[in-house]
Amino acid sequence: MIYREAGQFKTSYAADQQLFPIRQDRIGILILLAVVFLAIPGIASEYWFSAILIPFLIFSLAALGLNILTGYAGQLSLGSAAFMAVGAYAAYNFQLRIDGIPILISFGFAGLTAAGVGILFGLPSLWIKGFYLAVATLAAQFFIVWCLTKFPWFSNYSSSGVISAQKVVILGHEFASPREKYLLVLSIVAVMALAAKNMVRSSTGRAWMAVRDMDVAAAVIGIRLMPTKLLAFAVSSFYCGVAGALYAFCYLGSVEPDGFSLDMSFRILFMIIIGGVGSILGSFLGAAFILLLPIFLDITLPWAAGLLGLPFSNATVSHIQILLFGTLIMFFLIVEPHGLARLWQIGKEKLRLWPFPH
Amino acid sequence: MSKKIGDVILDLQNISLRFGGVKALTDISFDVREHEIRAIIGPNGAGKSSMLNVINGVYHPQEGVIVFRGQERKRMEPHHAATQGIARTFQNIALFKGMSVLDNIMTGRITRMKANFLEHALWLGRARREELEHRKKVEEIIDFLEIQHIRRTPVGRLPYGLQKRVELGRALAAEPSMLLLDEPMAGMNVEEKQDMCRFILDVNDQFGATIVLIEHDMGVVMDISDRVVVLDYGKKIGDGLPDEVKNNEDVITAYLGASH
Ligand SMILES: Nc1ncnc2c1ncn2[C@@H]1O[C@H](COP(=O)(O)OP(=O)(O)O)[C@@H](O)[C@H]1O
Ligand SMILES: [Mg+2]
Repeated sequence: MIYREAGQFKTSYAADQQLFPIRQDRIGILILLAVVFLAIPGIASEYWFSAILIPFLIFSLAALGLNILTGYAGQLSLGSAAFMAVGAYAAYNFQLRIDGIPILISFGFAGLTAAGVGILFGLPSLWIKGFYLAVATLAAQFFIVWCLTKFPWFSNYSSSGVISAQKVVILGHEFASPREKYLLVLSIVAVMALAAKNMVRSSTGRAWMAVRDMDVAAAVIGIRLMPTKLLAFAVSSFYCGVAGALYAFCYLGSVEPDGFSLDMSFRILFMIIIGGVGSILGSFLGAAFILLLPIFLDITLPWAAGLLGLPFSNATVSHIQILLFGTLIMFFLIVEPHGLARLWQIGKEKLRLWPFPH
Repeated sequence: MSKKIGDVILDLQNISLRFGGVKALTDISFDVREHEIRAIIGPNGAGKSSMLNVINGVYHPQEGVIVFRGQERKRMEPHHAATQGIARTFQNIALFKGMSVLDNIMTGRITRMKANFLEHALWLGRARREELEHRKKVEEIIDFLEIQHIRRTPVGRLPYGLQKRVELGRALAAEPSMLLLDEPMAGMNVEEKQDMCRFILDVNDQFGATIVLIEHDMGVVMDISDRVVVLDYGKKIGDGLPDEVKNNEDVITAYLGASH
């Protein structure tokens, strides 16, 4: 009976509407914040920051963006990576063309630019749904990447559209080391995750979910479908756009349009399927899972093969990886559409009743 | 009855609605008075649901005039009807399956909530205040419908009868002046039906809502409605007080002739 709300009676709706109504959850979040903001920066190695933690945070943000659109508002998209590309290139151009513009403003504008493009490509959602909408977003994916390659202006006439992100300087301080970049990315992602949580627990989020679950009933209640859907596209693309800017400025340093491929869009989609469709937490769990599994397999498979005396090659690792992903995605689609986040929830419910299951 | 029935607030004149070759409604006229319970009856496929869909703008009739509160209405979309105070429930429950009972009913108040997504994202004063204010109202409805115990349950997990009740709650949350109910008691057992009747009468009585009700159970219709319209094959074949309608020749033939 460690985790439960027994004895924690809510005496007002305000108390009931807190972000984390259960005290243990609040404590858990505080511990989590202390770990990620204080402990990890103290102990993690450079490799961990730049190869694992930073990409994890950035992909979590992109997955969160897609989750807002697909998980909450029910509009399937296969163009997440393209919206990240818009963010990356927009931030680069704002830095390049506007003298002395603060980097955070550039990131914000990058998000807004992606939001604008997102609204444009969200327009088909007013007439088509599901599979057909997915195809329309696929068009966005190819069109945007093509545009960034085709028009050299976007990359300031560099060869094959490659851009090198400018330095990240805030208030005269340069964020150069992986550790500093980690802290910057972490802060941005934490603030945006909180904002997302606030949106989905208020009437903005309820309107999205209503449109997702039953659009005729939503309209009859007074929800205007067009602005609601387009807002979801805008907010989602904003999140992906900022993620793209961070991807260029705090992770890779230099990027090219082809880097934001359909493959990447699918990876982000798999993150929310495995992590949990319609869950903020799920976006993070999914990103962690998809990014860490290959690393985990890289380490464990050769070892396991050696133990069993089996022949082994790098190709095998990637084959096994693909097989495993495929199986897991099918498992979650069929058995647990709400993904890891739901499994976590079930675990908590069990714990709440423990040790008396009934 | 003690309540006072007011003037005509909804006047439907010569409404015709076609889907391709199918004539769902043919030249139908009737009116609804303030505070009354107006029943629409008729065999399956008679056009009853289509009639409700015309009233709240889901379907657009090819011919006819609709006057609501003295104003002739041109082409209208469902969300306009909602802002004018018309709420409804559906024959096949149309709840938001992925959301809890509380959230479903909260959604019913959406036209009254003014904060925008940025205020929500930042959880600013008005956003927070509104959530609390409307939550209070929603809790009143939850108490009224006696569904406190399932507040947090995702509606998909509820039995059919309770889902119907939650759907009524969602409609009531809008504090509508006119409530359209499409077979609110279909598939319920006797006890559930009694509860639902009580809720409908209370809504009509306490909140003064005008109610347009589609119902198959003749006992219920005769008991609670003030006036009854009878449809058959998209045509109106009867209109009047429950007793008048019950003894109408055409109505009796339609009901005896049709198996339903
Ligand atoms: N959206 C629609 N598209 C095509 N036909 C429809 C549609 N809605 C209703 N109809 C047709 O209109 C007629 C009346 O249906 P409905 O209003 O549902 O009857 P009721 O509610 O009295 O059972 C039926 O023949 C039905 O098939
Ligand atoms: Mg019907």
